[in-house]
Amino acid sequence: MNTPATPSRRHFLAGATGLIVAGLLPKRRAFSRPSEFYQGPLVENTDPAFTPNAYIRIAPSTIPGDSGITLILPNVEMGQGIYTGAVTLIAEELNVDPDQVALEAAPPDDAYVAADMGTQATGGSTSTIFEWTTLRQAGAAARLLLTQAAASRWNCPISDCTTRQGRVLHTPSGDSFAYAELATDAATLPVPKTIPLKPAKDWTLIGRSRHRVDSRAKVEGRPLFGIDIRVPDMKHATVAACPVMGGTPGDMDRDAALRTPGVHAVLTIKNAVCVVADHYWAAKKGLEALAITWNEGPNASIDTHRIYSELHAALAEPKPIIAKSKGDAAAAMTRAASRYEATYQQPLLAHAPMEPINCTIHIRPDSADVWVGTQVPMWARDSVADIADLPKDKVRLHCQYIGGGFGRRLEYEYVTQAAQFAKQVPYPLKIVWSREEDLTLDRFRPAYVDRLRAGLNTQGRIESMEFRVVGPAVVARWEPAGLSPNGFDEDLAAAISITPYTFPASRLDYVRREAPGVVTAWWRGVGGTRGLFVVESFIDELALRAGADPVAYRRELIRDQPRARTVLDLAAEKSGWTTPLPKGHGRGVAVQFLFGSYLGTIIEVDMTEPKEVRITRVTVAVDCGQPVNPDQIRAQIEGGMIFGLGTTLFNEITLSKGRVQENNFNLWRIMRMNEAPPIEIHIVQSTEEPGGIGETGTAAAAPALANAIAAASGHRLRTLPLLPALKGA
Amino acid sequence: MLTVRVNNTDYQADVTPDTPLLWVLRDVLGLTGTKFGCGIAECGACTVHLDGKAVRACSLPVGLLNGRPVTTIEGIGNDPLAQAVQKAWMDIDVVQCGYCQPGQIMSAIALLRDNPHPTDTDIDAAMSGNICRCGTYLRIRQAIHNAAGLSA
Repeated sequence: MNTPATPSRRHFLAGATGLIVAGLLPKRRAFSRPSEFYQGPLVENTDPAFTPNAYIRIAPSTIPGDSGITLILPNVEMGQGIYTGAVTLIAEELNVDPDQVALEAAPPDDAYVAADMGTQATGGSTSTIFEWTTLRQAGAAARLLLTQAAASRWNCPISDCTTRQGRVLHTPSGDSFAYAELATDAATLPVPKTIPLKPAKDWTLIGRSRHRVDSRAKVEGRPLFGIDIRVPDMKHATVAACPVMGGTPGDMDRDAALRTPGVHAVLTIKNAVCVVADHYWAAKKGLEALAITWNEGPNASIDTHRIYSELHAALAEPKPIIAKSKGDAAAAMTRAASRYEATYQQPLLAHAPMEPINCTIHIRPDSADVWVGTQVPMWARDSVADIADLPKDKVRLHCQYIGGGFGRRLEYEYVTQAAQFAKQVPYPLKIVWSREEDLTLDRFRPAYVDRLRAGLNTQGRIESMEFRVVGPAVVARWEPAGLSPNGFDEDLAAAISITPYTFPASRLDYVRREAPGVVTAWWRGVGGTRGLFVVESFIDELALRAGADPVAYRRELIRDQPRARTVLDLAAEKSGWTTPLPKGHGRGVAVQFLFGSYLGTIIEVDMTEPKEVRITRVTVAVDCGQPVNPDQIRAQIEGGMIFGLGTTLFNEITLSKGRVQENNFNLWRIMRMNEAPPIEIHIVQSTEEPGGIGETGTAAAAPALANAIAAASGHRLRTLPLLPALKGA
Repeated sequence: MLTVRVNNTDYQADVTPDTPLLWVLRDVLGLTGTKFGCGIAECGACTVHLDGKAVRACSLPVGLLNGRPVTTIEGIGNDPLAQAVQKAWMDIDVVQCGYCQPGQIMSAIALLRDNPHPTDTDIDAAMSGNICRCGTYLRIRQAIHNAAGLSA
């Protein structure tokens, strides 16, 4: 595979000269699947094609009925609908029918590095934000060059040409060329100086609900996911890593494992064991037969209680990192008529995507292939190159559809592990983790303790706010360059440092405490999810103390934020906020600005059964800027909300003697259909730049639900998950 | 060698009788539409039909099949009810990541075969064994209602 010489697509798309250029880039010989529905032998496209940029390839010779157009999608699809969104953005400017193009997953390549992510990564609800201009420019540049090629053939001014449905039309004569017929000519044309984008009034795709590009393949059960890959001579394997972090395998009965029918090999690495067999079940039986004794190491004494005690103890840290300061918060606190303080605790969380962790990998002496679902394809590839001692360009990583990410596949340690095993055997190895391995060896959303303090005037209005956050800094491990020079992890205060609220004085400080015995990682909603729970719970407490209506109290605090006010008011209105509820019922509110989008959320609960909570209704108003696909915005909020509600009610990873206790769905409870409330979503028409949407509903869930429970029952729950806290209340 | 009848075809599989049907389908026969989710019949991702009834393939030893016919997501294409369900799923774009959806669809078809016009309560009862981590439940419920209308 050839790698473009350009270090960053931001450079070659928007560099000094402006533009994307045919001819400047080496021809990309993409190796990924010819279409998202086809999964056969890898085909290298050797025909010279028009490749104006990293996102579009138009083959000059076409099969009848084939447009020859392939769109290369820079972000991975894990359910969030980004393939559909990316196709919409490119096709809008390219003027092609989105149903007439083939799709490819982008390979790991510098061309797809999002500057703000530090690597090629899909996460943090950033894809639409980052691609909004890039992908439209890509489509527009290609259209411009194709139009110029046609105008040359017709020897006419460009103004005589228009484009429609993958063809350039000569308006005066009615003649036309398919894009594919112009590909060879277009590939020789010089750089356009500017790329005009369509004005919004000319859009035919953006802003309208479109069906997902992957619906049919998914309802037909096609082999799309990493776990579905089958390559010739592949063997199946499953693994067990030491259940205590840092431990190593000790005694094991290799003979018993090798006597298990279908088992071929037992492989070991420093902290894990792999059994290779004809199929997964044989591998699993072989692993059981090994009866491994683990050398558990120094973490064998860790339990969850210790993690929480260390976080709470750090609240007293005399020298925190001062992350943000406005005015003299301490003086304002002293001057205030009264002060109020509350401490909140949030648990370790697993990701538990439905597709268990897996990786299929073939390491040969001179090259390697990896088929895997990953949110960080370049890092995953580089890791294999490192383990296999191969140059990076000899490792081909094939991005697969992902059966749920939620941040889990921003980690690639399972790819590193797979490479360590695969380099011990000559054949391709498909490694599938058991659900037990997937849950207990996850990298967890950290536990946090937050203490919030408010200085209040005589009417209970805020004069000063102090936030203290205690917990790990995920970014320090994931991308050390992302840590602020003072040691602050900006992400974990996302809902605190950028809030729609205006406080007269405020101070945010941070005490970093890494959790012993676990690795912590990103999780759906990242810092926004954890931060919004504490901020919106605390504001609710202050409103109730002031004897104010929680919506009205918030409205005062967001006076200067019209978009936040709009979603708050709309959610309140649509939910019937002011309509009285029967005894034992209650409504809770949350308002947020996260991932570039504003949400107002009202949750209604029925708590007429003691210590139980039934969520009866959820109303969301959203302003995520210019909608690309309104139906998929709704889908993400619905799904994100249910994801968040289930987690808020049920989920906490606990450790006992260094081992994670919740090891399958019988112990890690997931919200099911009979518990899922009706969710009503109102999208505010907006022409602002698009914001992210995939994590917004998840962030809204916990505070709105906790506030509803407080309204219905009088119980203010400051510890997640809520259900055990409620039972103990 | 065990014989299993899947999607109207008899296959020979060289596995021990305790091997769950799921792994015969996925790893021996290459029918990967049936998904592995938990291995303990808690999530429903592996739902297939045995004699037309929804069962969890991860916990069904293949030695207990005794020639009874198995239908997987790959084998439902000619069934009008299944087509109605798949169309209903596509009409309102139920899927997100899509991993659990073959299992959801197999559960939904089995429900509608027994109960052509289910209420919300009927649907919840039949579908609550199928986890969707993306949280597509509201659309699944709606799609089942729509499919009931389509196939009426």
